[in-house]
Amino acid sequence: MSFRARHLLGIEHLAPDEIRAVLDLADRYVDLNRRTVKQSDVLAGLTQINMFFENSTRTQASFELAGKRLGADVMNMSVASSSVKKGETLIDTAMTLNAMHPDLLVVRHPSSGAVNLLASKVNCAVLNAGDGRHEHPTQALLDALTIRRAKGRIQRLTVAICGDIAHSRVARSNLILLGKMENRIRLIAPPTLMPAGVGEFGCELYDDMAKGLEGADVVMMLRLQKERMDGGFIPSEREYYHRYGLDADKLAHAKPDAIVMHPGPMNRGVEIDGELADDINRSVIQDQVEMGVAVRMACMDLLARNLRAERGRAAVGVMV
Amino acid sequence: MILHFTNLRLIDPEALSEDEGSLTVENGVITARDGAAAKGARVIDGQGKCLAPGIVDWGVKIGEPGERHRESFRSAGLAAAAGGVTTIIARPDTKPAIDTPETLEFVTRRAAESVVRIRHMAALTKGREGAEMTEIGFLRDAGAIAFSDVDRVAVNTKALGRALTYARSLGALVVGHPQEPGLSAGSAVTSGKFASLRGLPGVHPLAERMGFDRDMGLVEMTGVAYHADQVTTARTLPALQRAKANGLDVTAGVSIHHLTLNEIDVGDYRTFFKLTPPLRSEEDRLAMVQAVADGLIDVICSMHTPADEESKRLPFEEAASGAVGLETFLPAAMRLYHAGALSLPQLFRAMALNPAKRLGLPQGRLSVGAPADLVLFDPDAPFLLDRFKLHSKSKNTPFDGQRMEGKVLATFVAGAQVYGETV
Repeated sequence: MSFRARHLLGIEHLAPDEIRAVLDLADRYVDLNRRTVKQSDVLAGLTQINMFFENSTRTQASFELAGKRLGADVMNMSVASSSVKKGETLIDTAMTLNAMHPDLLVVRHPSSGAVNLLASKVNCAVLNAGDGRHEHPTQALLDALTIRRAKGRIQRLTVAICGDIAHSRVARSNLILLGKMENRIRLIAPPTLMPAGVGEFGCELYDDMAKGLEGADVVMMLRLQKERMDGGFIPSEREYYHRYGLDADKLAHAKPDAIVMHPGPMNRGVEIDGELADDINRSVIQDQVEMGVAVRMACMDLLARNLRAERGRAAVGVMV
Repeated sequence: MILHFTNLRLIDPEALSEDEGSLTVENGVITARDGAAAKGARVIDGQGKCLAPGIVDWGVKIGEPGERHRESFRSAGLAAAAGGVTTIIARPDTKPAIDTPETLEFVTRRAAESVVRIRHMAALTKGREGAEMTEIGFLRDAGAIAFSDVDRVAVNTKALGRALTYARSLGALVVGHPQEPGLSAGSAVTSGKFASLRGLPGVHPLAERMGFDRDMGLVEMTGVAYHADQVTTARTLPALQRAKANGLDVTAGVSIHHLTLNEIDVGDYRTFFKLTPPLRSEEDRLAMVQAVADGLIDVICSMHTPADEESKRLPFEEAASGAVGLETFLPAAMRLYHAGALSLPQLFRAMALNPAKRLGLPQGRLSVGAPADLVLFDPDAPFLLDRFKLHSKSKNTPFDGQRMEGKVLATFVAGAQVYGETV
């Protein structure tokens, strides 16, 4: 197996063969998840803690389900009611949890880099479920799996990522992953929502949807992250929808078989037309949710294998 | 007591020379260059190493009053002596700020615990809030050497203008922090590719120029003597050059960290590299080094900012800003010397002579009659930096674990040895 990582902190640290390893294994978990009896025991005996410092319904549910289907003991830490509110630092929380000997720690945090910090203080495998505007690696992996299954490959595609790129960790992780797999990437956003220096990553930048979508195989829409904005990025939602919201007219500029993606939750009528989002011929948004569980199962399975191997080596005193 | 230093490379920032020679010190003052050893003098054989005027470090944060757990006058003095710093120009951004003659008297009294000289800056406005000016006259009488609100930039330009006008009438030197506060609000790093990759909020480098331009307008308006604490981006340099050419009474500094590190050093969110202003691009760093070599930037400082472990063990955006720099000042500066970017006399011109001249101090010179504040150092001695061995109470150095070249062998203040083995 070519997956070598100890933690899954970001796509940045993964090599293309590691990405392929995750996708290949996830394909098999898709099959498992479609059976009536969806049970495996590869994580049996392991403890998975989901620690979400930021509200999330979908991602947390997806990780929880993934862990349970693989037989792990899953615990959700509700941070709203925890000691974080009492002034305990992130490190203290991590050390406390670490003392309970978890094996897999799934963390979401509003600050970029917080999950990296946490990972440096614990003995278990850490999965980044989204940190600030930095990375959301499992989202990029599930997007890649969705694309590979819909398009038959994850290379040499033209992928347009549209919308609130500045505030999006999903965009960053996808940008890195799709770049590593040698795709042509276009970023489409109003200039106020385009992060500085992003052109140096080797992608093409557009502020016009029609031009940017020209000939695209994949159209990834992003949620307008109003909660991360401190005001004045766009004039109004209706003008944003008019210029950057995806509807059938704008989609007509892309390839006729282009697929439409969205990481959810959607703001219908802001970044995407409601009917288009539900169009099973174009939209793969529901597939993304399904792939999400499978990809998270694959990631946790692979990390657990490395964790067991590492502990095995430590137990027999082999230098690592 | 007569000291006779012999067998040395004398680093003379005034003459921009480094010659082999000897130096005689009597009663804390330099009395002769290349003279004979007087009878009964204590002879110190420099073994071919370098002797330079002690560093005058402009802009050191000491945690008294309010944060003595981060740094005390005693610990700062020891760290300074170990880094070749013989005069500390302390910052007023304490808790509370040094904005009354009474607080100034308190820190002046406390500073007696330091083994190196300490002079204090006072706040320009009450509580450093940029609204009402402090008692600049009383504070000057009580010994304030300059006036600064440090990194808190005044938003009320009219009030700032009044404070500068008043300072001008007293001949007080004002230290500004060139930054457009609206643009830099909430930022943790310099905007650009790196900031975007790490998902950190960035500030455009032009925010510094905009702040500098505003301040230059006020300097032209009021005629005040102004020192920019840190100029860190290439785009500010033409404005600085213009201001000097137009005859404004303006000087500028830069921190040793901005001369030796760049934004990429932040790496995986290493908070010891979080500074104010943030680390810049490599192009900016090189431009700053060149500006020091050209004399456009006058002063190099350490911007010593002690931060405890708790305030740095946080996600990058939330972590405290600043790095300790006193003890690593000279070794870090040697990086520039070994890279061939700056000569030793050029370095000591910016680290000792220029700040002393600007502040009206007699230090920073090797000439006869100057105070015998001296540092004996080996520019080539290698070592591995271990932050827990620093004298400072706070250990937040960006150079932790790095290979350094350049060691202070001995430090003298007014002819008395304050650091190093008995030589």
